[in-house]
Amino acid sequence: MTNHWIDIKNSDAVLIMGSNAAEHHPIAFKWITRAKENGAVLMHVDPKFSRTSARCDFHVPLRSGTDVPFLGGMVNYILENGLYFKEYVLSYTNAAFVVGKGYAFKDGLFSGFDSKKRAYDKSKWAFETGPDGVPVIDLTLKNERCVLNLLKKHYSRYTLKNVSDVTGVSRDNLLKVYKAFCATGAPDKAGTMLYALGWTQHTVGAQNIRLSSIVQLLLGNIGVAGGGINALRGEPNVQGSTDHALLYNNLPGYHATPQAQWQTLADYHKANTPVTKVKNSPNWWGNRPKYMVSLLKGWFGDAATPENDFCYGLLPKLEPGQDYSYMYVMDKMYDKKIRGGFIMGVNPMNSFPNTNKMRKALDNLDWLVCSEIHTSETTENWHRPGVDPKKIKTEVFLLPSAHRIEKDGTISNSGRWLQWFDQGVKPGGEARNFADVVVPLINMLRDMYKAEGGTLPEPLLKLHWPDKYDAEEWTRRINGFFWADGKAGDKTYKRGQLVPAFGFLKDDGSTSSLNWIYTGSYTEEEGNKSKRRDAGQTPMQANIGLFPNWSWCWPVNRRILYNRASVDMNGKPWNPEKAVIAWENGKWTGDVPDGPWAPMSEEKGTLPFIMNRDGHAQLYGPGLNDGPFPEHYEPAETPLASHPFSKQLSSPVYKFHTSDMDKMARAADPKYPIVLTTYNLTEHWCGGGETRNVPNLLEAEPQLYVEMSRELAEEKGIKNGDGVVIESIRGRVEAIAMVTVRIRPFKVMGKTVHLVGMPFCFGWTTPKCGDSTNRLTIGAYDPNTTIQESKACLVNVFKAGKLTELG
Amino acid sequence: MKSTRRSFLKGVGAGVFCLTLGQLGFDLGEAKAYAGSLKIEGAKEVISVCPFCSVCCQVIAYVRDGKLVSTEGDPDFPVNEGALCAKGAALYSMYTNDHRLKKPMYRAPNSDKWVEKDWDWTLKQIARRVKDARDKDMILKNGKGQTVNRLESIFWMGTSHASNEECAVIHQALRGLGVVHMDHQARV
Repeated sequence: MTNHWIDIKNSDAVLIMGSNAAEHHPIAFKWITRAKENGAVLMHVDPKFSRTSARCDFHVPLRSGTDVPFLGGMVNYILENGLYFKEYVLSYTNAAFVVGKGYAFKDGLFSGFDSKKRAYDKSKWAFETGPDGVPVIDLTLKNERCVLNLLKKHYSRYTLKNVSDVTGVSRDNLLKVYKAFCATGAPDKAGTMLYALGWTQHTVGAQNIRLSSIVQLLLGNIGVAGGGINALRGEPNVQGSTDHALLYNNLPGYHATPQAQWQTLADYHKANTPVTKVKNSPNWWGNRPKYMVSLLKGWFGDAATPENDFCYGLLPKLEPGQDYSYMYVMDKMYDKKIRGGFIMGVNPMNSFPNTNKMRKALDNLDWLVCSEIHTSETTENWHRPGVDPKKIKTEVFLLPSAHRIEKDGTISNSGRWLQWFDQGVKPGGEARNFADVVVPLINMLRDMYKAEGGTLPEPLLKLHWPDKYDAEEWTRRINGFFWADGKAGDKTYKRGQLVPAFGFLKDDGSTSSLNWIYTGSYTEEEGNKSKRRDAGQTPMQANIGLFPNWSWCWPVNRRILYNRASVDMNGKPWNPEKAVIAWENGKWTGDVPDGPWAPMSEEKGTLPFIMNRDGHAQLYGPGLNDGPFPEHYEPAETPLASHPFSKQLSSPVYKFHTSDMDKMARAADPKYPIVLTTYNLTEHWCGGGETRNVPNLLEAEPQLYVEMSRELAEEKGIKNGDGVVIESIRGRVEAIAMVTVRIRPFKVMGKTVHLVGMPFCFGWTTPKCGDSTNRLTIGAYDPNTTIQESKACLVNVFKAGKLTELG
Repeated sequence: MKSTRRSFLKGVGAGVFCLTLGQLGFDLGEAKAYAGSLKIEGAKEVISVCPFCSVCCQVIAYVRDGKLVSTEGDPDFPVNEGALCAKGAALYSMYTNDHRLKKPMYRAPNSDKWVEKDWDWTLKQIARRVKDARDKDMILKNGKGQTVNRLESIFWMGTSHASNEECAVIHQALRGLGVVHMDHQARV
């Protein structure tokens, strides 16, 4: 989240899209209803009517997979009617930047497309620069290649008619949302966008979020109280586990994983440290070498020296352009190219798409280690229905896992608050937390390498690694230490003392930090700030619900990101009634500002978007793999044979696999005419591996069902409560029919398109509750994130004869 | 530090918040007697966080004699203000659940059953398999002769269930091993 849970109450317009917040974030939903009590308009744009819709002023059903046209229509509406916040847009975004002549867009394709590689040459999309390398900026907007003019042209095709035809949303409903939300383009109004997996799990997932940021920037809603783009994150510590990068492509703190062509640390720094030519751009990533060296120092301790490149050479290096994500691992496993591995605290044999392939792939492993609280479809895969265990070679080591109240440590909530939890009781039975598995395992391996030798022992033997795990020691390691006596400001510190803020991290090996964005969370002066329970606020902070002394928030306890955009050039809040920060008597008050510098109008004042090289927010974003502007492409499986935006039916660059089990229905396939979308339930969490084993939760939501409209049920001769079979080209699933008015047929391009919805939390290890919905879903992935398109694929539905999966 | 609802309530005895303020002011002894009859009497309060979505509602766990006796929402936490959803409210029953795994288990190749094992044996077996794979499969140089030090034949998946500290441990371990196939729920 750019903002935080409580801040939603400050909003004048709340647009919930791609999320069923009332059911999936029920406790946080109180902040949404509090906004309503304060006079906000609440809107829910989602294929299905749910409890979220019931609490909103209006629900607007849209066909799954058409968020880009819906929001593109909003951009067109804003620009046609001049509703954008002009001063904000011109001063703080790249609206006036001139795009280079290499950029072009024609019939659904951007310039630089290579159809053999299914990839773009992104260098074609660069900005125009002057002879001194400074980007060309035309504040008069007369140059037709200014970003704002290109934006206008691009979205001029997103007319009410085209958008309505494709999304299945009526013109009236489109206008209702556009009018209500775009009213927040006024300087003293704020609108927030709340989303979840309904936006990310598409082949255009990243572009859904890009487009929401374009809307929010046009309306001046980024950085302000009650504004922002807020991912309602659904996993317990998914914010923290992303920050600490349990991901192949990042190191902790949002650094790229080293690649083969960056052989030395100098190569790495050169490729990953941006240099700006814009004078008043803070270009914060210019500090990256300090954070990277401090990370290496944290990993390798005294073994990391300037002479040995701080052990950078020992790190694994990726091949450029290669994808090492989950889905690619599973495909390699299916191809028998993986020996073994660890699946810890996750149940992919229920939650991954095209589960039949995934389950078969797992059979190819020699060995598997799982750490879980309960057995799951993953741990038990070797005796799943229809499989003879005698034919499955995989050795499985199943480790009992500790529960939250049995552990201590920190998590980071969706609003980036670092929250400490204490250990209440010892782990049940012989259960262990994950670190008490990994720390001794690495120590055993180190001993084995010392005793036996082996391939490349150095990276393991040189690790700065403890004998035993102690959570708070790692909270301190994450914050970081001085490794030589040194100074921070006018204070002196000794080797081994904590670094007080990331501004004091160095690239010479004198400091460490396992994650620079958390530096400052644990200090000599104030101790472990994640434990703070002080509700103290200034009146200005209380006014917008900031709790700066409760826990701590990254970065530097800043509660609202990009907050320098909430003020004008002189540091005066756009909305004084809900000020986030203000420049008063030569200093900032309120939240911690995005950098200490003076406002822009002053001599040393700076631009607000400090993490972007040139200091401006990016309406035009030349970084993504599928284009600098979001464009509508149908889902990989679509009920349409064409759409009005271009001849390019689906994304030209989405990723997919080609095994014999990776099948896709063709466009408008009459065998699979129905759109399937998936979701979850209040009572069950994700794949359900934990909550299905809690009797009271299972009793509340006992089995798999499929929601369908009355019209579809009538067409198929299905009654409420009937057993049905849902089939995609990849699999077959049994469920109980829930015939409901919550789902309505869509009128799309002149034809009726039906949509059905299914939860995905049920699996065969819980008797009679049904089995993985994801046996239906598709292995087609976003080209930027490799997130699967679970939210839209094609199926058919039939009344079942005898049910075998449901009791 | 300001007086919070919770510190106020603690001053008059745990559990009294189901009584009215009028009653409290009138007869504190009665309130204390009521609190004394609750299952949380004499229990230690431990601050924890609900392990499901990223609202991260704070929870108070009541522990007596090393056993969990109750859980409830933390009324002072500014985000959840004491409330919990169906999953959070079911936290206690997750601990009293017989279905939980209690010991390391091993399933041999082509076997049709689990066998209980001890931790030491289990970790040694795992370490042996990791080392064998690493020794055999570590790619020191790529086709262009560049040093790459990566291990592609084993993978790691998970988890957003891990604390920040556990994530830091896992990440550092995997980079030391050279594992590049690492991923978790942030991508799902």
